[in-house]
Amino acid sequence: MTLILEAVVFGVLTGGVYALMASGLTLIFGVMRIINVGHGALVILGAYLSYALLSSGAHVDPFVSLLITMPAMFILGVVLQLAFIRPLKEDREALSVLVTYAVALGIEGLLGFIFTNNFVQLNAWYQTASFAIFGFHIAYVYVFGFALCVAILVAMFLMLYRTPFGAAIRATMLNRTAAQLVGVNVDRVSAVAFGIGVATAAAGGVVFGMTNSFDPGSHYDLISRLLTIIVLGGLGSLRGAIIGAVVMLIVEDLASVVVSPVWASFAFFVILVVVLVVRPQGLYGIRVRERI
Amino acid sequence: MTRLVTSTPVKLGALAVVIVLALLLPVFASDPATTNIAVFVAMYVGLATAWNIMGGYTGYISLGHAAFFGFGAYALGLILAHLGIAGGYEPFLFVPVAGVLTAVLAVGIGWVALRTRAATFVIVTIAMMFMVQLLAENLVGLTGGGAGLSFPVPPWTGDFYNNPFYYAMLLMALVALGISWWIRRSKFGLGLLAIRDDEDKALAVGVPAHAYKLVAFIVSAALVGMIGAVYGYYVTYIYPQFAVDPLIGLSMVLMAFFGGLGTLWGPVIGAVILEYIQLNFAYNFGASQLYLVFYAAVFLVVIRLMPRGIVPSVSGLITRLSSRQAVGPSDAAGSAQDTHVLAEPSP
Repeated sequence: MTLILEAVVFGVLTGGVYALMASGLTLIFGVMRIINVGHGALVILGAYLSYALLSSGAHVDPFVSLLITMPAMFILGVVLQLAFIRPLKEDREALSVLVTYAVALGIEGLLGFIFTNNFVQLNAWYQTASFAIFGFHIAYVYVFGFALCVAILVAMFLMLYRTPFGAAIRATMLNRTAAQLVGVNVDRVSAVAFGIGVATAAAGGVVFGMTNSFDPGSHYDLISRLLTIIVLGGLGSLRGAIIGAVVMLIVEDLASVVVSPVWASFAFFVILVVVLVVRPQGLYGIRVRERI
Repeated sequence: MTRLVTSTPVKLGALAVVIVLALLLPVFASDPATTNIAVFVAMYVGLATAWNIMGGYTGYISLGHAAFFGFGAYALGLILAHLGIAGGYEPFLFVPVAGVLTAVLAVGIGWVALRTRAATFVIVTIAMMFMVQLLAENLVGLTGGGAGLSFPVPPWTGDFYNNPFYYAMLLMALVALGISWWIRRSKFGLGLLAIRDDEDKALAVGVPAHAYKLVAFIVSAALVGMIGAVYGYYVTYIYPQFAVDPLIGLSMVLMAFFGGLGTLWGPVIGAVILEYIQLNFAYNFGASQLYLVFYAAVFLVVIRLMPRGIVPSVSGLITRLSSRQAVGPSDAAGSAQDTHVLAEPSP
C-alpha cells in the first residue's frame, strides 16, 4: 500500500514536468496547427545549456541558469518559427512534421558533436538531500522541480487568460481567420507562441535533466511520451495536456510497482490505445470533422 | 520535344534501360563498397515506394513505418531460428511469410490508428513504433531482448557476398513499384487520392474510405516488413533500437517527399539521391555526429526550395513549357495528375 501511495505521489511530482513540457507542445499545436516533433530535442538542448553553465567555471545552479537559458531559448524559438515554419505554404501540417524532425536531428547531431554521446545529469545538493513523509523519502529536487513547473504553468495561464496578448493567442487557437479579421496579428502571435513553447521546453529540460540522466538521443523517448500525452489530452487543449501528463505518469509509476519497471512505458501506450478506441479526439479534444 | 519525353514508348524504353542497368550493376561494379551502397539504395527505393502507397496516395503521414520494418526483420529472424534454417538462399523463401505476419500486425495497428486523422494519426504512428520497439525489448524470451537476435550467417564470400541481397532488395523494390503503379491507375487508387483531397466528400460520393485506407496501410506495411526481413538477414544481427530505428522510418518519408509525394517515380528519385548523399555523409563524418547535422541541413534546404518535391516541380515546368509552345493537354494525363494532388490550400 505504501508502495502504491508512493507511486501516486511520485507520479504527481514527475507529472508536473511532463505537464509543463506537454503544455508548450500543445500551445504550439493550438496556435499553428503544427506538430513540433523537435520539442523533445529542444528540451534536451535546454538541459545541455544548463549543463554547460553548471560545468563551466561560473558553476551556475541549474535553477538559476534558467534566467539565461529561457530567454535564449525563447529567441531560438522565434528564429526557428520565422526561418522554417512560416515559409511553409502548401501542405503545412505534413511538411511541418518533417521540418521540426529535421530540427530535432540537427540538434541531436550538434549536441553529440559538442558533448559526446555519454550520459550526463545535472547535479546539485538538493538532488541527494531528501525529507521523510508518510514513511518514505522524497528528494528535494522533485519538490523544487514540481514547484517550478507549477509556477511556470500558472504564469502561462495568467498570461493566456488575463492579458490582451493572451486573448489574442486564444483567439488564434480558436479560429485563425476570424482572429485575423478582428485585427489580431496572427503571424506575430504564432512567432511569440512558438518562442514561449520553446522557452518552457528549457525549463522542462532543467527539471528533466536533474531527475534523469540524458544523452543527445534521449529526445526520441521524450517526444514519443509528450506526443502521447497531448493526444491523450486532446490536441491543442492545455487543460488536457496537464491532466494527460499527470494521469500518464501515475499510471506509469503504478505499472512499474504492480507489474514490473520494464513494462512501465508500455502501460503508457496501452492507455493511449484504449483512449483512442473509446474517444478518438482525446480527453478534452473537440471532434473536428475536417483535417485535424 | 516535351511530347517526345513523355510519350509511352520512350517511357517504357527508359524504364527498360534503367532496369537492365540495375540488374547488371554488380557485373561492372563488383567491389563490395559499391554493391553495399547499391543494397541500401535499392532498399530505400523499395521503402519509399511502399510508404508512398499509404502516405502519398491517401495523405495519411505515417512516421511509424520503422515498426513494420523492424517487425519484419524480427519475424524472419525468429522463423529461421525456430526452423533451424542455415544460411544460403533458403532464408529468402521465408521473406513473404514475414510479410504476411507484418500484414497481420498492420491490421491491428491500422484499426486503431486509422480512427484518427492528420496530426493525430502522425502521433499515433510514432507511438505505435515505440510500442513495437518496447515489445522487442521486453519480450526477452521470444526476441532475446536487448541482447539482440542473430541470423544464420550467409555462406557467400568476397565480392559475391552482397549480390544476393542486392537482387533481393531490387526485386522488392520492383514489386513495390509494380503494386504502386497498379494502384495508381486503378479505381482503388482513385479512391485513395479522393481520400487525400477530401475524405468527407469522398465518403459522401461513396468511396469506402475506411476499408480503402486500411488496405493501403496493410499493403504498405507488408512491403516494408518484407524489406525489413531482407535487411535483417543482410546485417545478420539485430537488436530493438537498431531494427526499429526512427531514423529509417523518417528517411523513407523524407525521400518520398523529396521526390514528390503521391507520384509513382518521386519516391524512387528521392531515395536514390538522398540515400546516396546520406551514405556519403555517414562515410565521411560517421565518426562524429556531424553527419546528422548535414543530413538535417539538406532536408531543410530541400523543403524550403522544393516543398512539392522534384517530380511535381519538374513536370510542372514541362507542362508550363509545352503550354507556352503549343496548345492542348498533350501530356496532361500523367503530369497534371501528379501535380494536382499537392495543390491544397494552407489552413
